[in-house]
Amino acid sequence: MKSSRIVLLAAAVVLSAPVSAFAQSKAPAKSQQVKRGEYLVNAVGCHDCHTPMKMGANGPEPDMTRMLSGHPQGMQVPPAPASSGPWVVHAAPLTAWSGPWGMSYSANLTPDPETGVLRDFTEQQFIQAIRTGKHQGQGRPILPPMPWPAFKNMTDGDLKAIFAYLRQIPPVKNKVPDPVMAPH
Amino acid sequence: MEGAAAPALPDMREPRTRPRALAAVSVLAATALLALALLGNSALARRPAVKSAPELLQETGLYADFAEHRVDPRHLEFSPQYPLWSDGAAKKRWISLPAHAAINGSNPDAWVFPVGTRFWKEFSFGGRRIETRFMELQEDGTWLYATYAWNADQDEARLVSEKGQARAYDFGGGRSHFIPGVNDCKSCHQGHPAQVLGFSALQLSPARDSNAIHGEPVPAPGVDLNYLVDNKLLKRLPQALRDKPPVIQGATPVERAALGYLHGNCSHCHNDAGSLRNLGFSLRHVESPAAGTPERAMATAVGRPVKGHVPGQAPDATLRVEAQNPERSVLLQRMNSRNPIVQMPPVATAMTDEEAIRLVTQWIRDLEPPASSAGVPRKTAQPE
Repeated sequence: MKSSRIVLLAAAVVLSAPVSAFAQSKAPAKSQQVKRGEYLVNAVGCHDCHTPMKMGANGPEPDMTRMLSGHPQGMQVPPAPASSGPWVVHAAPLTAWSGPWGMSYSANLTPDPETGVLRDFTEQQFIQAIRTGKHQGQGRPILPPMPWPAFKNMTDGDLKAIFAYLRQIPPVKNKVPDPVMAPH
Repeated sequence: MEGAAAPALPDMREPRTRPRALAAVSVLAATALLALALLGNSALARRPAVKSAPELLQETGLYADFAEHRVDPRHLEFSPQYPLWSDGAAKKRWISLPAHAAINGSNPDAWVFPVGTRFWKEFSFGGRRIETRFMELQEDGTWLYATYAWNADQDEARLVSEKGQARAYDFGGGRSHFIPGVNDCKSCHQGHPAQVLGFSALQLSPARDSNAIHGEPVPAPGVDLNYLVDNKLLKRLPQALRDKPPVIQGATPVERAALGYLHGNCSHCHNDAGSLRNLGFSLRHVESPAAGTPERAMATAVGRPVKGHVPGQAPDATLRVEAQNPERSVLLQRMNSRNPIVQMPPVATAMTDEEAIRLVTQWIRDLEPPASSAGVPRKTAQPE
């Protein structure tokens, strides 16, 4: 009886060890994905367009209080200067761009439930959007200068990590203006 | 230790048997290796073949005589009852099933096609072929998508770049036909598990909608559900669909035609089974086992708020479809736009479909106001 208890106890230890190891590894795995997403967002230049710039002590720098919230809704941009030749112009905070396609504003990537552009995206739709250059992977075209033709070469794992990171950054309520399409 | 040593003794005491044992082991090993090699070879042979699209249309097998534009008579021409609007293009469509193979129709909302099934759709403007689209189901279960652009002399149709081809046909006014790229094809065809859009139970129903807009006569040999079943090209179709062919459940002929149009033009993305299902917005007719179930468009469009705002959307337009108010119905606003950010469908059309806009406008105008029912406006069904 005693020995069978020992055997049962040993079996319980053996059986529970992987479970507890799994339970311990699950939370850090999620965090690792988010960290990977943060690393990629910082490395591939998402802030360049999606975080407004401000003038700091050492010159222009991203305004991290509005991290990844897109073109500021309060910033009215006058019509872009008439384009000559192959020029594409952008407004000072790097969040508004004008070119042959019209005028585009960088999107609010934060998880704000009212104004965040990704609020209705599933992970699959985010991956498809980057792969195809279409809103939610099936809808309207994503406008220049969003470099999806480069980002589409990322792995599914990288894109999932970016999406996971963007879902948990601080939400910023910022209604980005509608794009203006160039007349046909 | 003793116990451990004992089993080794027989080997030590039977040296003459050892070569035989070794030989046997060697033979076994060789056999196993041979078997593995054969397995490997057969596995290689069975590896699903994924082809790339041929450079020329005639290499897809559509024609018996390309110079004469004579289609292989073994292919079946067909015509869906609710065709997709393609800027007014005249279209012809064919299906080719592999010999002795049949479509599995057990799920009437998502037929399963045999490997090797091919579809072609030819687009003409002004009496000239402009493009032919091609799909083929490959051994790995994925569909190959390709588009071919015809030259001015109509004697060559060459594979279009993955990005598509702009200005394939000039409509005037700065608008032109765009031949879709592979991503464009996939954005519609992969929006529902079926992937095949115009060849389905509803689209080939013998009970065709005489009020469907852009309807075309059924070409010979008259491909519909009955033809397919009778010729053993469609198997396991539920008997209920033979007894009572699929019909859009419209309260009026106008509603039936309007919902049919939305099914044929919008439901490849807006459905309950594809990647946009999280929108809760389905314009797809489904063969529900519960008779009399309202069409999904009625349940998910009429009186339902839009999720977002699109450029140019009227501030007071907040519903997908607002009964009796076509002007405030976002669905109609987006159908009526060809601003690339706003327009619906978002791809493969540069011209608005005026006939469809008139039809859908009339349908919305005729809807009963929502106050008369618990959410979904309905009229008394009228015999057609």
